[in-house]
Amino acid sequence: MLEFLQQMINGLSLGAIYALIALGYTMVYGIIKLINFAHGDIMMVGAYVGFFSITLLGTDIVVAMLAAMIFCAILGVIMEKVAYRPLRNSTRIAALITAIGLSLFLEYITVVILGPTQKVFPASAFPVKAYNIAGLSILNKQVFVFVSAVLLMVILQYIIKRTKTGKAMRAVSLDREAAVLMGISVDRTISITFAIGSALAAAAGVMIGVYYQTINPLMGIIPGLKAFVAAVLGGIGLVPGAMVGGFVMGLLETLVMGYGNSLYRDAVAFGVLIIILLIRPTGLFGKNTGEKV
Amino acid sequence: MLKIREIDVYYGAIHALKNLSLEVAEGSIVTLIGANGAGKTTTLKSISGILRPSSGSILFKGQELLKMAPEKIVALGISQVPEGRRVFQEMSVLENLEMGAYLRSDKKGIQEDMENVFSRFPRLKERRKQSAGTLSGGEQQMLAIGRALMARPQLLLMDEPSMGLAPLLVVEIFNIIKDINSRGTTILLVEQNANMALSIADQAYVIETGEIVLQGSAKELMQSEEVKKAYLGG
Repeated sequence: MLEFLQQMINGLSLGAIYALIALGYTMVYGIIKLINFAHGDIMMVGAYVGFFSITLLGTDIVVAMLAAMIFCAILGVIMEKVAYRPLRNSTRIAALITAIGLSLFLEYITVVILGPTQKVFPASAFPVKAYNIAGLSILNKQVFVFVSAVLLMVILQYIIKRTKTGKAMRAVSLDREAAVLMGISVDRTISITFAIGSALAAAAGVMIGVYYQTINPLMGIIPGLKAFVAAVLGGIGLVPGAMVGGFVMGLLETLVMGYGNSLYRDAVAFGVLIIILLIRPTGLFGKNTGEKV
Repeated sequence: MLKIREIDVYYGAIHALKNLSLEVAEGSIVTLIGANGAGKTTTLKSISGILRPSSGSILFKGQELLKMAPEKIVALGISQVPEGRRVFQEMSVLENLEMGAYLRSDKKGIQEDMENVFSRFPRLKERRKQSAGTLSGGEQQMLAIGRALMARPQLLLMDEPSMGLAPLLVVEIFNIIKDINSRGTTILLVEQNANMALSIADQAYVIETGEIVLQGSAKELMQSEEVKKAYLGG
């Protein structure tokens, strides 16, 4: 039992990271029906911005995270403007291929500029401490990741539910033409969605830096894909679904590592994708509406 | 107030509006009647800036709307109640109304208009926390009208507000339209229900396959043999 609880604690912080990334996938999908496959790479860029903020500018971890979020918000907006907006009225497959291209572009431009080798997040930026509570070992970095991720999700929920901008985002994703008739600028709303989604991914990137200590230009691929599975698991386009999906994927992964064989963890993640697509393609929270006539 | 001059709209190779001209005088109710697919909705979408005519001009109080962004057109004072209501199904009644006031920032005025909508449609007040998708068809139509009124429009474009409603509700909706107009909002009403539309309108236009084929005062058109035969079931 203790072992199980320990695994759950480990899983919660990993799940929080997946949830943050999954939110960006699901928000962008909700508003323009595009799987932004470059989203995991935005997370990687965020990790590097955080790294340089700490090593070059000497900031603490919180400032590093904020810097990464701002940088990636701008990057996300530019990406949408340059790469996706011109394709808004073309086929979905064209936008999807562009997303894959953009993903490779971000990965290899980082390799070219910063080199392919991994960088180590300085331990001094976040001295690790372990707490022992009732036989369970909890690391301060786990607490940091979990608390800051949950805080960001609460802020996101507030924006979506309570602010005018957030309501406009929901309106555009529910019925774009009706939203236009309200005087909502669709372009601006889509830009804001990319900014928020990318900022959350950047925060996740810095968290991965803190959690695993090393970062590299291809680090976005696997977590990005797992977060995508998490978004599909929760029901793509649904914000609460992405959160729950992220935690489920994180817990599942640590359980597989703890009780099974850590070599299988990726196989299990993508096995989950296959199973959902077979049994419940709309995800856990998705409504099965079928084709509306 | 609104002057449409010789606009042409194409959907690919289809010529949807042909040299269409139409005028709406301030304070009046003007109706555009015609069969399904004649170009009624296309006309309203062109005014709102959702569709772009390839030629012609649309003047609202002397300002050209043809190349204006849709949100600018709303800001000028033109709101639309779209065909099929198009309320935001998974948002609450209150949020739908807030979206109608999206471009406004005068909190007090918005609150006032919200109260006005609720006193006009008490059932919306009762259901203000409910999501719009749970409302009945008639209630959704009222919400769509209330939402458009939240922008405090000078010109209200209404696309088939009676569609799919029970006869009693249709009468209610037309009474509401008359009432909105009597309080100073100019209305351009698109309808398949020609009888009802002509009974409340001042001016009327008949559209067939993208062209205006008849126009005149609503009274004249009600007497016209052609209109009677084609649209009034007589």
